[in-house]
Amino acid sequence: MAEAIKIDELDIEFKDEVLAKVPDANFDLCLTCGTCTGGCPASELLDMDPRKIIRMLNLGLDDEILKSDWKWVCSMCGRCVAACPMKINIPALIFNLRASIPRQKRPKGILGSCDQHIRTGSAMGAAKEDFKFTVLDVAEEIREDHPGFEDLQVSVDRKGANMVLNQNSREPVTEPEEMGPLWKILHTVGADWTYPSVMWAGENYCLFLADNEGWKYILEEFVYHVDNNLKSPYVVNTE
Amino acid sequence: MITIIELYAKWIKEGKLKVNSDWNKDLKTKFTIQDPCNIGRKSGTNKIVDDLRFVIKTVIGEENFIDTIPNRDNNYCCGGGGGALQAGFPDQRRAYGKIKLNQIMATGASYVIAPCHNCHGQIEDIGHHYGSKYHVVHLWTIIALAMGVLNETERTYLGPDLAEVGL
Repeated sequence: MAEAIKIDELDIEFKDEVLAKVPDANFDLCLTCGTCTGGCPASELLDMDPRKIIRMLNLGLDDEILKSDWKWVCSMCGRCVAACPMKINIPALIFNLRASIPRQKRPKGILGSCDQHIRTGSAMGAAKEDFKFTVLDVAEEIREDHPGFEDLQVSVDRKGANMVLNQNSREPVTEPEEMGPLWKILHTVGADWTYPSVMWAGENYCLFLADNEGWKYILEEFVYHVDNNLKSPYVVNTE
Repeated sequence: MITIIELYAKWIKEGKLKVNSDWNKDLKTKFTIQDPCNIGRKSGTNKIVDDLRFVIKTVIGEENFIDTIPNRDNNYCCGGGGGALQAGFPDQRRAYGKIKLNQIMATGASYVIAPCHNCHGQIEDIGHHYGSKYHVVHLWTIIALAMGVLNETERTYLGPDLAEVGL
């Protein structure tokens, strides 16, 4: 006959570790209602779902949870916690599961993008000089070939501009012509804007990597540049 | 910090961005939206995704907009977020995206406006993978099309039906 689990004998370390960082994650409040799982597109993938992972966490199945690759299949979209009647912060659990893996053993695609960003200012590894060259080159083409935009102004690091725009690095790197329509809209409304050269890319793969030092470094460099060098009051996220 | 979507809506309301849906009056091209999680549910309000709808309806015509169900802050993630596009689990990522694909197919729209580059990449990929025919476009492409300033070099993501519109 199967024996009942003896709660007092459970060794529950990982839950306490996460709760120390996210005190209001509410893991103990789970009613096992399954609302999270019913609305999660990652449910059943790799034989895991949000309710199950919370059960496993609360039962101290730390090795099994830490071993599962589900933390890289969940997109931390937040639909579970938004629907949860007890507001259990499952995305925070996933983030900390990611962070529990030694940095160099995390998925190499995400790791590479994070490292490139720290090194060059964009996840695709385009340095600020390349970014500047590309945008100024595309702008010149538009001025020459697109009627009505002979006066189009595109700048990098123009001090005192009202707005600083970020740009997903896939545009300048893989499809630079896609920036044209955005610039034409900005030109038409008479926007006073510039791109930053420092950490100009809009993405932040270090956040996905759960590299706290990395994502903060990217953001701090960007904020410092905007506040102290460009002195612009607004940052505009273009996606 | 503000999103470009909120600015588009503001500029249209202020009359600085003069756009309308005349180009689509006879074409009746149908559009739907991908609500990016970060500007919808995770922003804590529906303000930005409501601005997104206002902008889109202005440039394509309200009658040509078909929303996904569910939508806005309750929308499903496309499956490309959280680093999934680079995480090395493509089979699981595409299985995840099947819900998004079914949502899009149920609208019957031939175009999906994806204002986030991650969503754009994932929705294109699952469309190709599952053999769907919809096109995925950036929001600025359709605004520039409605403005009549979309150059032929800026039409990579448009289908043959819109390739020549306004040229």
